[in-house]
Amino acid sequence: MNLKHALAMLGLAGLSALAHAQDPNLARNLAATCSNCHGTNGHSVGGMDSLAGETQEKLMQKLMDFKSGDKPATIMHQIVKGYSDDQLKLITAWFAAQK
Amino acid sequence: MFTRRDFLKTAGVAAAGSTTLAGLSACATVGGKARGHVVIVGGGYGGATTAKYLRMWSKGAVDVTLIERNPTFISCPISNLVIGGIKQMEDITVSYDNLKSKWGVKLITDEVTAVDSAKRTVTTAKHGTVGYDRLVLSPGIDFIPNAVAGLDGNEERVPHAWKAGPQTVLLRKQLQDMTDGGVFALHIPKVPYRCPPGPYERACVVANYLRQAKPKSKVLVLDANGEIQSKKALFTKAFESYKGMIEYVPNSELRGVDAASRTAELEFDKIKADVLNVIPPMRAGNIAMKAGLPLINDRWVDVDWLTLEAKGVPGVHVIGDALFPAPTMPKSGHMANQHGKVAAAAILNLFEGLAPNPTPVVMNTCYSFVDSKNVIHVASVHQYDAEKKQPMPVQGAGGVSMAANELEGKAALAWAKNIWADMLA
Repeated sequence: MNLKHALAMLGLAGLSALAHAQDPNLARNLAATCSNCHGTNGHSVGGMDSLAGETQEKLMQKLMDFKSGDKPATIMHQIVKGYSDDQLKLITAWFAAQK
Repeated sequence: MFTRRDFLKTAGVAAAGSTTLAGLSACATVGGKARGHVVIVGGGYGGATTAKYLRMWSKGAVDVTLIERNPTFISCPISNLVIGGIKQMEDITVSYDNLKSKWGVKLITDEVTAVDSAKRTVTTAKHGTVGYDRLVLSPGIDFIPNAVAGLDGNEERVPHAWKAGPQTVLLRKQLQDMTDGGVFALHIPKVPYRCPPGPYERACVVANYLRQAKPKSKVLVLDANGEIQSKKALFTKAFESYKGMIEYVPNSELRGVDAASRTAELEFDKIKADVLNVIPPMRAGNIAMKAGLPLINDRWVDVDWLTLEAKGVPGVHVIGDALFPAPTMPKSGHMANQHGKVAAAAILNLFEGLAPNPTPVVMNTCYSFVDSKNVIHVASVHQYDAEKKQPMPVQGAGGVSMAANELEGKAALAWAKNIWADMLA
């Protein structure tokens, strides 16, 4: 085994050990999937709800109401079902922390 | 070849988080100096997003050079409304100024002619050679040469208008110049192609214009596919609302065109049109071939979905329409923006000696106008599946509109405004 292979294996071992670890920027990355419509960092430029600086409780309530169907929507009831509740908690906490 | 950079990258990943090793990396911050230089080729939905997010998320620590051939951004989404006379070119044109002045992206208005992935350089037509630590190609699509006999070189006579810009203006003008009672024929290539609902939206907004301006005219939709490829029930209903004007003909693969007479040549039929709009078969943008990236079916780039790095070509990330798509993943501007964010996050992690985010998520929404006000959507969410090593659509999530409606007409325009700001403001 040469140096290249040894290092490659070391690299793979390192990666697999990390596979179950959470990315340090997971919340930021998840929230960024919302910003196409809701604005960079949740600052909408108009026509869509701004999410930045809203309380996590309020955002979470809205999303859970979309998920259950209690709150009627054109599209959010379909999108919210693509995210786990844990992911939604990370996303709402992140937006709540934005100024 | 195993370079010093590869060694450091491998060691950095193995030691994830170790400041000692990360500090040795060529890309690590040294006394506030840049952590690396990313060159991005293509300033569309994917490339512009990657540029802004790399600068924003690194707080300016990563240098970004964006190479784009056009002086301004012109959006493909919403461009059908220009063809239909509902919007103007200035409504879909956005400046790159904020990327430069607000985000510190270095913008080079030029064409990339070559990529050397071993030396980590790109060559431009007018600005010489530019070196990179990581390269992001966001080249969109190019049309496959000679796929339709008689078409190449006749794009002014037989426009595609499948890249927004002069072609959009040209098709609009041909539609305006058409006499009442004329035939507007639109050809759709076999899947996969850029923007699955786009051709059907175009048929609707063209018919919407003709109904008011030239009501004796026809819109003939020649689809190489066996059925409508996106929002089928909703577009079928929309086509019915243009009864007598839109005629939809599936299984109509184009063999050739006679540009002089604007005739579409199908297997058993020849159709003479007054405006002939051919969307040709397409593949990854030409720079993917020039960069020597291995292509699936000679058309699309295969990537590692955690980093968006082209398989077998370290340091070269590819995003957007050029990719061989994961299951049910559309080639859309919205999706390219999402790819750009995954690539930006992965590149920043790699510069820090960290593994890429093991659980990336991307999602998509595509709004389509069926007339000047009413819109239908399709949405999906794609979560990375560690076993399948690609994003998979979440079952039970996503879907389409109940019916075309004006509320989503407003949402579609707000979507455009917000995503353009997310990329460029």
